[in-house]
Amino acid sequence: MSSVSDVIVRPPSAPAPAPSPSYLEDGHTLRSWLTTHDHKRIAILYAISITVFFFIGGLAATVIRLELATPAGDLVSHDTYNKLFTAHGVIMVWLFLIPSIPSVFGNFLIPLMIGAKDLAFPRLNLLSWYLYVAGGAIVLAALALGGVDTGWTFYAPYATMFSNSWVALTLVGVFVVGFSSILTGLNFIVTVHTLRAPGLGWFKLPLFVWAHYATAIILVLATPVLAITTLLVVAERLLQIGVFDPAHGGDPLLFQHLFWFYSHPAVYIMVLPAMGVVSEIVPCFARKRIFGYRFMAYAILGIASIGFLVWGHHMFVSGQSLAASLVFSLLSFLVAVPSAIKVFNWTATLYKGSIRFDAPMLYALGFVGLFTIGGLTGLFVASLALDVHLTDTYFVVAHFHYIMVGGSVMAYFGALHFWWPKATGRMYPELWGRIAAVLIFVGFNLTFFPQFLLGLRGMPRRYHAYPPEFHQLHMASSMGAVVLALGYLLPLVYFAYSLRATCRTSANPFGALGLEWQTRSPPPTHNFDRPPTVPEHVYDYATPTKAEPARTPAAQATSP
Amino acid sequence: MNGVADIARDGGVAWLGGASSVAPRWDLLFGAMVLLCGTVALGVCIAILAFSIRYRAGAGRGEPGPQRTRAIEIAWTATPLAIFIVLFVWAAHDFVELYRPPADALPVAVVAKQWMWKLQHRNGRREINELHVPLGQPVRLLMTSQDAIHSFFVPAFRLKQDVVPGRYTGLWFTATKLGEFRLFCAEYCGTDHSQMLGRIVVMPPAEYTRWLGSGNEQPSLAQYGFALFRSLGCSGCHEPASTVHAPSLDGILGRTVHLQDGRTIVADENYVRDSILVPRKDVVAGFAPVMPSFAGQVSEEDIEALIAYLRSTGATAAGAGAPR
Repeated sequence: MSSVSDVIVRPPSAPAPAPSPSYLEDGHTLRSWLTTHDHKRIAILYAISITVFFFIGGLAATVIRLELATPAGDLVSHDTYNKLFTAHGVIMVWLFLIPSIPSVFGNFLIPLMIGAKDLAFPRLNLLSWYLYVAGGAIVLAALALGGVDTGWTFYAPYATMFSNSWVALTLVGVFVVGFSSILTGLNFIVTVHTLRAPGLGWFKLPLFVWAHYATAIILVLATPVLAITTLLVVAERLLQIGVFDPAHGGDPLLFQHLFWFYSHPAVYIMVLPAMGVVSEIVPCFARKRIFGYRFMAYAILGIASIGFLVWGHHMFVSGQSLAASLVFSLLSFLVAVPSAIKVFNWTATLYKGSIRFDAPMLYALGFVGLFTIGGLTGLFVASLALDVHLTDTYFVVAHFHYIMVGGSVMAYFGALHFWWPKATGRMYPELWGRIAAVLIFVGFNLTFFPQFLLGLRGMPRRYHAYPPEFHQLHMASSMGAVVLALGYLLPLVYFAYSLRATCRTSANPFGALGLEWQTRSPPPTHNFDRPPTVPEHVYDYATPTKAEPARTPAAQATSP
Repeated sequence: MNGVADIARDGGVAWLGGASSVAPRWDLLFGAMVLLCGTVALGVCIAILAFSIRYRAGAGRGEPGPQRTRAIEIAWTATPLAIFIVLFVWAAHDFVELYRPPADALPVAVVAKQWMWKLQHRNGRREINELHVPLGQPVRLLMTSQDAIHSFFVPAFRLKQDVVPGRYTGLWFTATKLGEFRLFCAEYCGTDHSQMLGRIVVMPPAEYTRWLGSGNEQPSLAQYGFALFRSLGCSGCHEPASTVHAPSLDGILGRTVHLQDGRTIVADENYVRDSILVPRKDVVAGFAPVMPSFAGQVSEEDIEALIAYLRSTGATAAGAGAPR
């Protein structure tokens, strides 16, 4: 397959003496980073850029929670508030969550995990990042010019005909970012099909790779529908053609169908990679094989495929037909089955293990707990009669934050802590890692659990000001957000600190068994000095004493 | 915290203050799911905690787990599946009821706009951001929007229905508790979305009748619709005596209509609305498509009045074939 590149592509800058430089040392200029084709460097570029967007989106959330600390809308104006929650949603969904785990960790790890030198299309990979940055810059430009007030859902005809804000420009940004997603998905699919190391069959792949393969398929199939939808909204807004606006002969429900046809699978784009991360961390720290490997892989495929058929559960009270609502509700219950299987299997993996509670494991266990609550409350809103009351209230807000923040962001932080030594060769202070994990877990629950009660009591979403009976619960949520914010800021500090040379660590400080750990940390540009050996079982942690690491960060300095 | 104190004082369900005929069933299903899902969540948490303690590194209990897992996997695939199907059926059963308004439900026309609710009773009495209804009597709202999508949400009734421009959606309920209840707009609709508030006032039936009869004397909705039917020239073609060949509209609502393109539909409010605004969409079999569109000439309130008039003609079951 890649035999030609094996021979020809030698980094011309590396003048051949034995230990080739690590990918971090292979060029120090800005140019060497901005023109790199190395999947690991591109992953770092993504990590830096999505971190910027994470904190911009988080800033918007901070102002929202401050405003909601009192019932009166007294901190910012109605329009500003509406623009804040829109900015929070747009940035967090498209500029953080969707690219987070796939574009950073998928990019960095998939070639390493399958024993390849790079992704199948390294140049396309770099183009993906540039598209992402360009799209993100367009969205930021729309924000700077005055923002957009439609909510991240851009419902028509409000977005097409009534909103007096930067809708079209923002959607152009989303459109461009979408192409970044499509190209990344395409790259992953081709890579997993064609670049697996000899002997690495499909059922020897880590679940992380399975999850990203399924995610890539969703990215490639669903994102074009988002592109079509955004173009139609822009066209209706600028040219007054009647697609969604009934005053021009359009159908507003058509917009919702198109939008959710992308945006529901998008939830699985966010959560499947998170599941992949947790499936790597849990066996490593439980020193156990993952329970039911094949069922886990099938569950991933099940979620990815049924996930395409449930979009109408966002529309039970929209005016869609009774028959449609019945079918979408049933399918929504069905998609919960593979998710339940996964939760049970992670739990069962702990059984008879030899469990260590390093920071990555705390995040992974936090994920399992919060994802379980998010998933179970999903059953409430999948239930037709219950959804009538709960939809468009804070119950839904709490539910999807449990999935996206409690689930995906928790897993993203777990991945950061687990593969930080792999990517940097450095170890963060373990105690601070644990403190941040606990802060985030506690802060998250304090912020979002009260929102279930708010929604149950009828507090509608997207309200700038609210009746006094909701005050205490909103106040509780805002106070929890303070703890959560601290938890998110803390890792910035200790990760930066850990980049000091004194924090060097060994190639495999956690004693993990994935192929990515068979090479140096940080890996050389072409990933492996000698071809990795494919083990019999990808999670062969079976013998508890095997590869038990002595975990003293910074003490085990090895040659870089 | 006062929020918690409220729960303690009122007891969980009273805290929610259900006030419609669907609220007790909603609360029952919700309670059952809290119990079920709470048990599952607790079970998972306890298992994780127990394994974490018992099999922590250093406890020396680690050993290879079971290698044959298929039976366990099948068990915990099939069990949730069975439970989910029961939940689906239960929730669907309650949901379908919302599509079956009783024939004697009091009709109320609702037009939403940025950022207010306009409501009109059968006798023509209008209200803004307030809806008076009698205790224990079913009420059916026929709703549309003049601009963006809105959503009619009464938490105490456990009911919500989007109000969509360009079509009708319906919502029916029977209030079971006297008092005032909050009405929210639940679908984001722009700047003053959070100010698009109202209240539902539930009154004893006798008092309601008095309230309805008070206020300025005005034509009923159907009478106003009849006047429009004349002044817009509908009657010129649609009355049996007319020379232009047009289908009779006597008792049209709920009637089965055969269309030129072979489709058969049951005429509901949306059909009438579309026929006024987009007459070429559903042409009745055997008639020439000669009717002009009245788009731009009639307001949403006018169309609701025309529908009220048409409903008053012939012997149709109110609500038959009606949107929710």
